[in-house]
Amino acid sequence: MAAPSALEQAAEGGSIQRSRAPGGLTLRAFLRNRRTMSGLGIVVLLGLFCFAGPLVYHSQLVIVNLNIINEPPGPGHPLGTDEYGFDVLARLMQGGQSSLELGFAVGIAGTVLGLLYGAISGVLGGIWDAVLMRIVDSLLAVPTLLLLIIVSSMFSLNLFVIIVILSVLSWPSVARLVRGQVLELRTREFAQASTGMGATKWWILVKHMIPNTLGICVVTATFGIADAIYALSVLSFLDIGPPPPFADWGTLLTNGVNNLFNGYWWQVYPPMIALILVVLAFRQIGDAMNDLASGGQTGRIYVRRRRRMGFLQISTQFDLRS
Amino acid sequence: MTWYIVRRLGQALAVVVGVMVLTFILLHIEPGNTAKAVLGLKATPARIAIFDHTYGLNKPLYQQFVIYVDQLFHGNLGISYQLQQPVTTLIAQRLPRDAVLLGLSTVLALIVGIPTGIYQAVNHNQFADDALAGTWFTLYSAPDFLEAFLLIALLCVQFHVFYATFSGGITSVGGLLADWRALVLPVLVLSINSVAGFSQYTRTQAIQSLASDYVRTARAKGLSRRLVLNRHVLRNSLLPVITIVGLSFPDIVAGALIAESIFNFPGMGLLFWQSALEHDYPVMLGATLVIGVATVIGSLAADLAYGVLDPRIRYGSS
Repeated sequence: MAAPSALEQAAEGGSIQRSRAPGGLTLRAFLRNRRTMSGLGIVVLLGLFCFAGPLVYHSQLVIVNLNIINEPPGPGHPLGTDEYGFDVLARLMQGGQSSLELGFAVGIAGTVLGLLYGAISGVLGGIWDAVLMRIVDSLLAVPTLLLLIIVSSMFSLNLFVIIVILSVLSWPSVARLVRGQVLELRTREFAQASTGMGATKWWILVKHMIPNTLGICVVTATFGIADAIYALSVLSFLDIGPPPPFADWGTLLTNGVNNLFNGYWWQVYPPMIALILVVLAFRQIGDAMNDLASGGQTGRIYVRRRRRMGFLQISTQFDLRS
Repeated sequence: MTWYIVRRLGQALAVVVGVMVLTFILLHIEPGNTAKAVLGLKATPARIAIFDHTYGLNKPLYQQFVIYVDQLFHGNLGISYQLQQPVTTLIAQRLPRDAVLLGLSTVLALIVGIPTGIYQAVNHNQFADDALAGTWFTLYSAPDFLEAFLLIALLCVQFHVFYATFSGGITSVGGLLADWRALVLPVLVLSINSVAGFSQYTRTQAIQSLASDYVRTARAKGLSRRLVLNRHVLRNSLLPVITIVGLSFPDIVAGALIAESIFNFPGMGLLFWQSALEHDYPVMLGATLVIGVATVIGSLAADLAYGVLDPRIRYGSS
């Protein structure tokens, strides 16, 4: 070994410096970053709009009123009404609730599943690792949209079932990412030192591997939220989402574009803006955090996603070789 | 290098087997009676029994799988329940059309994406860069179906430039190309989504190239800016883009499902979607398998191309 390692230096009486990577994904860096904060601001505003809005703005969304369908924006209905006579603004709040709830639930659940699977695979190593990773590769080889269509047609859907389905479909890429990270961490000195002191694989997994991959997991979870909201909107468009009383921004947008040629623009633009804003905001946060985590580079590192429709497909392509 | 290729091929083979098992299990654990779904709710028990017997659905699952694999090795993907044609024929008809659609949209995305990426890198962190990146990210975050409908509203309804659907009965690739006014919009929708990836990836690579010593040396030697960009920056930035093209192949196939169902494009996506609606499992199974294998081949080709083009990987891994 050319240069003495930190441990060796310590053994020789040198001092161990608390080493910090330049930049890094810290709360402080997060709060001081223009891009993360602007994204967070949009998310908070949209969250307030959807969850606090109905407390202030009341409108009934139960009884279909055919006398007031497809009315343009006017007094009483600031954003007009839709094809059932519901107030578009109130529907927007209601739809946003399911979109956001689903996004957060899937982003977190998918990441936790992937984290556990990937960390266990990386720690086990050898033949187990090879088998577990081929399973991941197989899942990744089939475009998520196809799997989603197959699986969605099996169950009668509601928000909870959709959350489970999307979570189950979104973990493989996280698993691969975490596993790559764990393989790298295993060779690091603190892991070797821990092994040297008699720690078991599982102790190292819980104590060292999982905490050290949390940064990357926060990033993937953020992308996962955006992807889940996007995926739900596509499901709604294909009409294989949950049945009618359920609405998300995708449902509203689909109804809107179906009425586009009648000139009901107020049914298209509000959900369009909401949907694009929320997806963009989460991706912006994720992207900026990814930059911070990768050493505060100024460049916008585009986190390459493996599939058009795929969620949580983050920079896996170079990992294929490992 | 040889060992690397052998290992990659082994992995690819394992993944193909994995995809086969995965799709088979997924499509056969679906609750509900397939025969009823296909024949209708009023089907008599006798008809259902005949249906199950004809397609081997009364056998245990593992036997069905063995039969499926055996047929596969004989180039037989089964018979479509609805269309009563061999699945291989159905897929073979559609693959060339998808090749046209995906090929055109990928080429268009590259033509737009790579120069934009280089331009953004040259002006990185300036207004033009931010504006372009913002535009691509916004388009990337907008759902496909929205882009498709807005384009239809603008270019078909408002200005009558292109057609929104393909006329039925198109079978050949030549027919598709002849119907170019219908082909433009799906190609446009698919390429809009790929441009974001290509341009931002090129940008990241080009920024690294621009900051490297060989670019400074080339400039110091007195080479013109244009020459340095073309010879050094562009070439070195293209390398990762090749990987992305290989890997984005299945993305486009999946994305094409939305575009194909909107524009009535007779490709794999539409075939899959229609068979999903009609519980036509042999077609879904075959289509998923073909796409899965295409994915594996795409990533394999990307990896091998990368190894051939970048000697560091070739020698580093041997």
